[in-house]
Amino acid sequence: MSRIQQSSVQKKRRPRDAAILSLLAVLIVFVFIISMNTGLIRLSPIEVLHTLLGEGSPQQKLILFDFRLPRIVISLLVGAGFAVAGCILQSLSRNALAEPSTLGINAGAGLAVLIFISFVPATTAAPIFMLPLLALAGAGLTAALIYFLAYRREDGLSPTRLILIGIAVGAGIYAIQLILSLRLDPQNYQFVATWLAGKIWGGDWRFVLALLPWILILLPFTFYKARVLNVLNLGEETPAGLGMAVERERILLMAAAVALAGSCVAVSGGIGFVGLIAPHLARRIVGPRHQILLPACTLTGALLLLTADTIGRWILQPSEIPTGIVVAILGAPYFLYLLARSKA
Amino acid sequence: MVTSTHANSRAHPEGEKQLKSRPVAAAVILVAGLGAILMGLALSVSVGAADIKLASVWEAVFRFNPQLPQHQVIRELRIPRALAGAVVGACFAVAGAIMQGMTRNPLADSGLLGLNAGASVGLALAFAFAPSLSFMYIMLYCFLGAAAASILVFGIGSLSHSGLTPLRLTLAGAAVSALLLAISQGIAILFHLSQDIAFWMAGGIGGTSWTQLGVMFPWVAGALVGSMMISRSITLLSLGKDVAAGLGQRTRLVQTTGILIVVVLAGAAVSAVGPIAFVGLIIPHITRFLVGVDYRWIIPCSAVLGSVLIVFADIAARLINAPYETPLGALIAVIGVPFFIYLASKRKGGLI
Repeated sequence: MSRIQQSSVQKKRRPRDAAILSLLAVLIVFVFIISMNTGLIRLSPIEVLHTLLGEGSPQQKLILFDFRLPRIVISLLVGAGFAVAGCILQSLSRNALAEPSTLGINAGAGLAVLIFISFVPATTAAPIFMLPLLALAGAGLTAALIYFLAYRREDGLSPTRLILIGIAVGAGIYAIQLILSLRLDPQNYQFVATWLAGKIWGGDWRFVLALLPWILILLPFTFYKARVLNVLNLGEETPAGLGMAVERERILLMAAAVALAGSCVAVSGGIGFVGLIAPHLARRIVGPRHQILLPACTLTGALLLLTADTIGRWILQPSEIPTGIVVAILGAPYFLYLLARSKA
Repeated sequence: MVTSTHANSRAHPEGEKQLKSRPVAAAVILVAGLGAILMGLALSVSVGAADIKLASVWEAVFRFNPQLPQHQVIRELRIPRALAGAVVGACFAVAGAIMQGMTRNPLADSGLLGLNAGASVGLALAFAFAPSLSFMYIMLYCFLGAAAASILVFGIGSLSHSGLTPLRLTLAGAAVSALLLAISQGIAILFHLSQDIAFWMAGGIGGTSWTQLGVMFPWVAGALVGSMMISRSITLLSLGKDVAAGLGQRTRLVQTTGILIVVVLAGAAVSAVGPIAFVGLIIPHITRFLVGVDYRWIIPCSAVLGSVLIVFADIAARLINAPYETPLGALIAVIGVPFFIYLASKRKGGLI
């Protein structure tokens, strides 16, 4: 497609894209309000509104600002993070089924956090800012291992090999997690089990603070690299032909995806499938151009995870289903649907 | 239902060119393997939290004295455990061999293709809704779960245009596993069964009782005999569905029987010891390497070698970090993952 054609297409699309993004944002606000009302103590939308404007009773303020709001913010951030990470990985590997959890990266991050919890027992007193860093180290090591095992000099990074090796490495790490978690005492075990199943850690602004810098730095960085992703998505030869430092760009973007997934795992445990579904839905709505695809992914991921978390809290009160389980039950059938439709 | 993949599968690298089978090697494996199982059983009974001399094992079996607590431990705990290891090892390995032969998929294994996870859902449901069920019914639940999983995986795999490539089957297996594990985790958390189920999920054969063995035995024996009866047909299927059909085989009948056998084997094994993956991946490959391509030899030899693997892995699981037991499923995965990676990256083009 020539440059002139492309820009004319862009012009036509811009209002439509803006409308879609605004619609997603409106949906998020809508689910946000429902989520604020959901929980053990029910508050009417008007009460929520009053409290948000600073006119609620101390009890209402406590519930909304100290329990529900941080959790909602974390869901939004984590959903956005996983979705963008998945989008980057899908474009880089040119594999429609790639995402942080099928590639074993979530498992690696989870293992690092689990090792920390096993040896530093007081989980709530633990330095929370350490957790994203640890998860990052775990995710980075796992990604490096998978890259190393899947890379061949003859044919580079074969999408097939990448995903098969990711599945295998994930299975191995899962086994080690199992060994470690069974050695914990019952109380810590319960905590770790629900965490590994993918539970938003809930009522604490400190987790928001720990996660926020990563998202704030990495999302704009990937948006900035949108053009590079467009080109890398084309294949092995074209980008090099266009004079791009393919290997360097690929490693930078891969690192960004790993960092996003790692820091999200640190506060939310192993939530899979968001990174798979959100990019697919977004691509279906706005098309493959990353300039608009990445923002659309961000919003779709945030919307999906907030919805899943709200469903998990709402279905069987007062007990809660971890968000990761809700997402897997919704996401796996979609994965299978994609698989059945895809051509080899 | 099941369709075989195209000729680009690598279940049998030399399959098309030379159909070698080595009956002598197979006979040696059967005899030596049975010896190793007996030795492993004796060792398994004597090793553990309380070390027991082999002489006492002998006495407990042949001159049982109910007054001695040591004899009680041997009879009621150690022997069932050792036997369970031998039985489920054979189950997982034969299930894997049949699946690899039928689908021509080198990465087929009841764990990787989601059957174990399906059986886990069956078990979680049984624990949650009918905690007082006898083991017989728990096992039937597991059969149903494994059957549902196999329908899902093979159905999805064959819905797509290009059929059941190894990659597609593996991905479908991974997704179905994730879905079914999420469901059983959800059930476990809702009904506060987490810890019971987690220990069982980790693959432990410590708690097996004589009753369980007794209930399992007829099913497993029947399925193993059945697998021998269709072994010749599986050899033909492993050459390709078209070849088999061309030679006058009723492929659909064979495939349906094969899947039923696999469901019974995986379901029974998972109901007793938990979802142990990778046994069905590793053992058939090693067996094929040793005895060639004839499934009349591959199936019995896989059964024997699978038993050997689990019996000795269970001994190792007790010794590695004594007095704690290392989860058997995790231990096998530590061996299985590198093996899987080796298979997945053996050729440069990947597996499509």
